[in-house]
Amino acid sequence: MKFIIAILLTALLGYAAPLFLPWWAFVITSGVVGATIHQQPWKAWLAGFLGMFLLWGIWAYMIDSANEHILSTRVAGLLKLGSGTMLIVVTALVGGLLSSVAALAGSFARKSRS
Amino acid sequence: MRIVPFLLSAAATVGLVVALETRFEVGGSKTPRLGAFLSPQKGCWQNAEPVNAKFDAQLKDAAVQGNVSVYLDERLVPHIYADQEADAYFAQGYVHAKFRLWQMEFQTHAAAGRLSEIMGVPLAGGTNFLEVDKMFRRLGMGHAAENSLKAMEADPNIKMAMDAYTAGVNAYINSLKPEDYPIEYKLLDYKPEAWSNLKSAYFLKYMSFDLAGGEDDFELTNARNTFTKMQFEKLYPYGYDSLQPIVPGEAFMKAAGINIPTIPANADSAYYTYKAPATALGTVGDSLPKPEKNNGSNNWAVHGSKTQSGRPILCSDPHLSLNLPSIWFEIQISTPQFNAYGASFPGSPNVIIGFNDSCAFGFTNGMRDVRDYYEVQFKDASRTQYWYNGAWTNTEFRVETIQVKDSIAVVDSVAYTVWGPVMYEPAFPDMLGTGKAWAVHWQAHASSNELRTFNRLNHAKNYNDYLDAISTYQTPVQNMVFATKANDIAIRQQGLYPAKWYRQGDFLMPGGDTTYAWQGYIDTSMQPVMHNPERGYVSSANQLPYNYKNYPYYMGGIHALERGYIVNEMLTNMHNITALDMQMMQTDNYDLHARWARPILLKYLTVNDLSVDEKQLVQILTDWNLRCDAGEEGASVFASWWDSLSLVLHGDDLAQTNKPIQQVSRTTMLQNLMNDSTNYMFIDDITTANKVETLQEQVTAAFKKSAPVLLEAAKKQTLAWGKFKVNGVRHILRIPSFGRFNLNAPGTWNAINAYKGYHGPSWRMIVHLTDETEAYGIYPAGQSGNPGSKYYDSFVNDWVAGKYYKLKMLTKQEAANLKDLKGTITISKA
Repeated sequence: MKFIIAILLTALLGYAAPLFLPWWAFVITSGVVGATIHQQPWKAWLAGFLGMFLLWGIWAYMIDSANEHILSTRVAGLLKLGSGTMLIVVTALVGGLLSSVAALAGSFARKSRS
Repeated sequence: MRIVPFLLSAAATVGLVVALETRFEVGGSKTPRLGAFLSPQKGCWQNAEPVNAKFDAQLKDAAVQGNVSVYLDERLVPHIYADQEADAYFAQGYVHAKFRLWQMEFQTHAAAGRLSEIMGVPLAGGTNFLEVDKMFRRLGMGHAAENSLKAMEADPNIKMAMDAYTAGVNAYINSLKPEDYPIEYKLLDYKPEAWSNLKSAYFLKYMSFDLAGGEDDFELTNARNTFTKMQFEKLYPYGYDSLQPIVPGEAFMKAAGINIPTIPANADSAYYTYKAPATALGTVGDSLPKPEKNNGSNNWAVHGSKTQSGRPILCSDPHLSLNLPSIWFEIQISTPQFNAYGASFPGSPNVIIGFNDSCAFGFTNGMRDVRDYYEVQFKDASRTQYWYNGAWTNTEFRVETIQVKDSIAVVDSVAYTVWGPVMYEPAFPDMLGTGKAWAVHWQAHASSNELRTFNRLNHAKNYNDYLDAISTYQTPVQNMVFATKANDIAIRQQGLYPAKWYRQGDFLMPGGDTTYAWQGYIDTSMQPVMHNPERGYVSSANQLPYNYKNYPYYMGGIHALERGYIVNEMLTNMHNITALDMQMMQTDNYDLHARWARPILLKYLTVNDLSVDEKQLVQILTDWNLRCDAGEEGASVFASWWDSLSLVLHGDDLAQTNKPIQQVSRTTMLQNLMNDSTNYMFIDDITTANKVETLQEQVTAAFKKSAPVLLEAAKKQTLAWGKFKVNGVRHILRIPSFGRFNLNAPGTWNAINAYKGYHGPSWRMIVHLTDETEAYGIYPAGQSGNPGSKYYDSFVNDWVAGKYYKLKMLTKQEAANLKDLKGTITISKA
């Protein structure tokens, strides 16, 4: 349950923080979630990853569907990613990866070796 | 707290953020900041426009007077209805910015020599934007734009239009949040700045550069030094026997008692210095951007006496570099004063090529040479004084400060003389490496109000309004075609051009005194209007405007021949013309050049020397219908062989110099071979000392050179013309995935459909002036400049296929009731 809540909270705050702050502001909220929801480090890491991976992945996917892949195909060509789908995957991975290390740091900030 | 793991993961977090915020250098350009760029919230995803997007907006602005409604039709063409004329320009500025902001700013930055501000220091393998910026500044673009702005703002009507337009652009810019910026800003990591009237002036000067900035003075000077006078006149002739001038006849030229410019007394020793001893070779300058040589166009109007309806039809298709986003943006502007529809320039108010409720108007480039160089002798390295008319004269300096992104600014002090800015000098060497200082004298530097012409044409109701509208127009020289519902058709080559003596300004000129200066301008009476001629049509296609053998002034520049000839040939033979006939004609791919050239190739080919495969190629050419349609293989054989022949005949002669030299045009080669054939003085290969080649040998050798390429193409199934020739439409930044390539399109350089490479008909328009106007048009891009929009390239396929859209001049009621409306924008006073 904690794990699910951590994922949802990561995503929710990861959406809200950059509304007022730079795009990377979610590292702070992901870190805070990692520190406040008490879990084993690997779980905190995974929750941090999944929260932003899902947020950015689903968001990009929805935009891309409504756009019928026009932009993603062109940008994928520019970044040499092969396809628009790959651009969605890379987007999700970037969000997820950054969030995960932040969550891990948060988790270690609080947790002592048990 | 677990210190070490915490520090490690925290460091990883910071490191990742930093890396994702950094722009990396890859292959001559820089990546965007990847994190920001990929963020669905801020980055490129925000530019992915839903395909069913509606473009509704309501805005209030203190700059508007009354109410404006803008309706976007199914192709995203805005139909603007304003109670006040100024408000219509506000709305035009707003929609231009809404759909084309990045392009508007980028083009004006280019014109102002400000690309380094965006692109930064030159990267290995990338374009040297600093040199490009210096070139535009040394050409005096800032000086020219400021001069023009003064003239435009002195005209209250134009100032009103420009102010309102600028306010509209800025209203849009001010409404943007960073995530709303066009994707190119995110890629290059910068922000839009405020628009200004000066930027509109810069845009118009950019068009002057593109259309009236062409000159080959250094290349021709090198040619003069390389060839004898006789050889030079053969390779670079002034006019051709086959010329069909825009305004035929010659009686008018002898009537007026006008003063004719006199050739300087020392010209034989100081100017017509053909084949002088070769000078030592210097460093050859980088290839800086030059105006596209193929910039040309067609326009014509047929009188009611030749049409089925009894009413005129006007056609106009300007040939420019084909870019995404396009230089054009389709629009309807409706005010109590006028109601106009057509192609507009993002960056400028009004409709440029279009029609209103009474008439239609279109343009082709006049191709006149209005840019020359004068040698400047400075007293010393300080460049504060130069020798002019027997005295040391003071220069003025314009200090150009070029900001460079992520680097220090570069200051370039440009010396201004009586001739104009010193463009080339040792600090910015010319392409021949002369080591001398050359001032550029360019008509576009003059203070002139070109916007007035377009503004008045939008308002024009009759022939007299047309004459008034074009009367003040100066640069770039244009052939202005016009037709009215009252059955007037007219054309005039309009512009302010110097009265030149023979070859004046083709070569670099001495600048120590007034001897070689322009001797005034050509009198208006020598620029006749062709109005309702007996033959029932007027036309132009960048050919010389008058019979050059009788016209008392040297017209200079490089003029086309074939398109003008075929346009007249077709129009002469057409009767009961319909708008559909005009569509067929405007997209016609007949290759007149090949009609004249093919017999020469086939006559002088030695067939016995050919293999079976090669004979097959010759058969393809023999059977060819002379049309450059996409499926024609004969067009590929012809083009390849003919260009190969040019190399075989002239390559050796041009290689006598290793500096840039003027190339020999296809038209010149053809005209020379038609006149001289076996006696043509450039047949012999001068590098083979003991042998004199014959035309038979050279034509056969040229064929043998092109055959392997053609046979390889045949094997790969790419011999068909549409696949053989390069064709596409490129993004302004040349990002491949933002452009369209391999379009399998028809057309060739001398066909009416002059599409080849990345250049061709940039807007095709046909206006049938019946009571209810029947108009058609298309351009090879789309209304939106956003690569994430379905309207970005939505016209390209139809354009390639030669299709047209109906241009709908709507009443406000009709526009509001459109079934497939894509958006409504209302603007009112704040």
